[in-house]
Amino acid sequence: MSSRFRPAVRALLGLVAAAALVGACDRELRDFGSSAPEAGPTIQTTSLTPGPGGQVPPDPRGEIYEKSAAHVSEGGRLFRWYNCNGCHSNGGGGMGPALIDDEWRYGSSIEQIYGTIAEGRPNGMPSFRGKATDEQIWELAAYVRSLGGFTPQASSSRNDEIRSTPPRNQVTPPKPSAEGGASVQGTAP
Amino acid sequence: MAEVERRRTWWWIAAAVVLAALIILFLLKQTHYSPPAAKMTTPAAYNPGQPTADDGQWVMPAKDYASTRFSGLNEINVSNVANLRPEFTFETGINKGHEEAPIVVGGTMFIVTPYPNKVFALDLTKPGAPLKWSFEPKPAPASQGVACCDVVNRGAVYWDGKIIITTLDGVVIALDANSGAQAWRTQLGDINRGETITMAPLVVKGKVLVGDSGGETGVRGWLTALDAGSGKIAWRAYNTGPDKDVLIGPDFHPFYKMDQGTDLGVKTWPPDAWKTGGGTVWGWISYDPELNLIYYGTGNPGPWNADQRPGDNKWTSGIFARDPDTGQAKWFYQLSPHDIHDYDGINEIVLLDLPIGGKVRKVLVRPERNGYVYVIDRATGQVLSADPFAYVNSSKGVDLKTGELQVNPDKVTQVGKTVRDICPSANGAKDWNPSAWSPRTGLLYLPHVNMCMDWQSAEVSYIAGTPYVGAEVVMYGGAGGNRGAFTAWDPVKRRAAWEIKEDLPIWSGALATAGDVVFYGTLDGWFKAVDARNGQLLWQFKTGSGIIGQPVAYKGPDGREYIAIMSGVGGWAGAIVSGNLDPQDPTAALGFVNATQDLKKRTNTGGTLYVFALPPRR
Repeated sequence: MSSRFRPAVRALLGLVAAAALVGACDRELRDFGSSAPEAGPTIQTTSLTPGPGGQVPPDPRGEIYEKSAAHVSEGGRLFRWYNCNGCHSNGGGGMGPALIDDEWRYGSSIEQIYGTIAEGRPNGMPSFRGKATDEQIWELAAYVRSLGGFTPQASSSRNDEIRSTPPRNQVTPPKPSAEGGASVQGTAP
Repeated sequence: MAEVERRRTWWWIAAAVVLAALIILFLLKQTHYSPPAAKMTTPAAYNPGQPTADDGQWVMPAKDYASTRFSGLNEINVSNVANLRPEFTFETGINKGHEEAPIVVGGTMFIVTPYPNKVFALDLTKPGAPLKWSFEPKPAPASQGVACCDVVNRGAVYWDGKIIITTLDGVVIALDANSGAQAWRTQLGDINRGETITMAPLVVKGKVLVGDSGGETGVRGWLTALDAGSGKIAWRAYNTGPDKDVLIGPDFHPFYKMDQGTDLGVKTWPPDAWKTGGGTVWGWISYDPELNLIYYGTGNPGPWNADQRPGDNKWTSGIFARDPDTGQAKWFYQLSPHDIHDYDGINEIVLLDLPIGGKVRKVLVRPERNGYVYVIDRATGQVLSADPFAYVNSSKGVDLKTGELQVNPDKVTQVGKTVRDICPSANGAKDWNPSAWSPRTGLLYLPHVNMCMDWQSAEVSYIAGTPYVGAEVVMYGGAGGNRGAFTAWDPVKRRAAWEIKEDLPIWSGALATAGDVVFYGTLDGWFKAVDARNGQLLWQFKTGSGIIGQPVAYKGPDGREYIAIMSGVGGWAGAIVSGNLDPQDPTAALGFVNATQDLKKRTNTGGTLYVFALPPRR
């Protein structure tokens, strides 16, 4: 008797489990139609602001890009496409500085990283304005933020390359001093 | 009374005679250097107008045109080197890798630093060697972003009253050696195409020979000759492309069939790939005045991902022999055809006359990145022997009939495949850091590494002025646990005489002297003197930073022998420290960081000249 119902019960249980799994997934909504305005953010490369006033407020677009897994992932693809990995490796650096440590010569905020990619920096960082689109530069900046461990929630849980280190969403976040305003350290490249 | 007086006088005369004899002997030893009983002859040393066997100067990084790095001075020798002590130091103020050799001419020492390529002239005639003059070429700061493996410079060269240097942004500059005033300045490289210059120039028959760096940024390699008097370009020979660009004409007679044919610099590449194919010249040039030939090696083909460039990729990873007057090629031998492991062919070429097969032959000896010591007939380009001096599994030997490297099919790198345990690693069993030859022992002293790697090729697009590599590499120490080795190699018996194991990869050059002492430095800053005959450690001194420089020996204006070395970690091996790279990423610095993860704990940055001597005689 009971054996006649067993397949049906099993199927039902399977369905319930599948439904529970689907329900547990909080799928990120992708906005396929959007494209960021071509103008870049207002960039502040130093935390010194003489007189009253203070810091430039953050660009609202920055948060949108760095909290989107799709943008961060696309940034990772572009990181190879534009040969960023040729200099910065998988974040450990080489011809260029490391991006997974807590030293940020020109600032670690997404606006500052955007500015570094778009405008270049005098000691060897080329300018990608006009080579990459504005949206691509935002996506690259979002990926670099994820390399730095600032945005673990949007990072991939596995590596695509031969590294034997933990995935980026498990990287220990950098010390608080590196977050926020610029921390220009030294004048070396 | 008179008897006593007379006896005293005799005593005084005898004492005076003995004293005079001693003084004469002392002076003789000071001024007359008797050449060692040379077992083998080397081509004429670079002695501008001085016929002595060793004038005590060091006018070019390789010491002489044969690139022996052998000093005939023997005041410092096996019996007294233990007393060596620092005489003076000089801080360069630059925290990048100091690969350069100090140059000594007359009473002045010249140093060119890594970027920003400052030049310092030190007055050796005064106590403490104060600064005589300095020169700042002010290279473009952006050049730092296209220099593959730290912003190094391998040294200056002296020629006819001038000090000639190269700068990272692709410029050659001649300075008046007395005043430091600029005589001429010629721009050769374009950093927007990824071209930099890191090599030391060589002057042959009034021509300054300089090549480009940038094998990792898809440049087209070349060697350029400039008129040493005016700085005007005399000729340029490319290492890829059509024969007319490579300066291949009717005089070109490569020994092996694989290197024969027309326009191989185009035909052995996919269409147009030769334009971004590398084959740079960033190492060493030697010169044989009798054959009137210069010899130099060409760098790796680009990109590292070999799937993007099927073919032999002429004329990369090989040795050219050329006429220095016209630049016309005489012969070429490709050490690593269609290189798949980044085995640049740019290492030093030591010109020796060796007894091989019962007769003395004019050969060149090349300890190569791919792990073999090649002994090649320098008139024809015929390989006489090629023996591994380190553990090699990327190839199974060299076919002496065809000249071909027998690549191990198990270690072929390809897209979509991770190839593990390739030995030697991309930096080779031995990289740029030059060996030294002692005619007294008949041994070539090889500072090198013992490293292997994992490799994953990936598609890469060419964007001018950015890296063109297409490979992820992770390096690590080879079998035995030692990452470095210092090997005394007998090129006639074709085997090692002795070997010293070093924990860290060795990135410094070597120096051999007539005192039978050999010098080298370690990545964590030890400067060592070992017995040339058996490798026994005789003396060591811990300098302020890791050593990747080239030791030299000279006779000071006071007649004493001095040993000089730059300390200052960096280069590809020390980039983890000089570039503050993050060892969490084992692929950093093209994979080298994984092999030197511990280096930040063992040394720090800082460029300092150290000069050593024996305590002065009393």
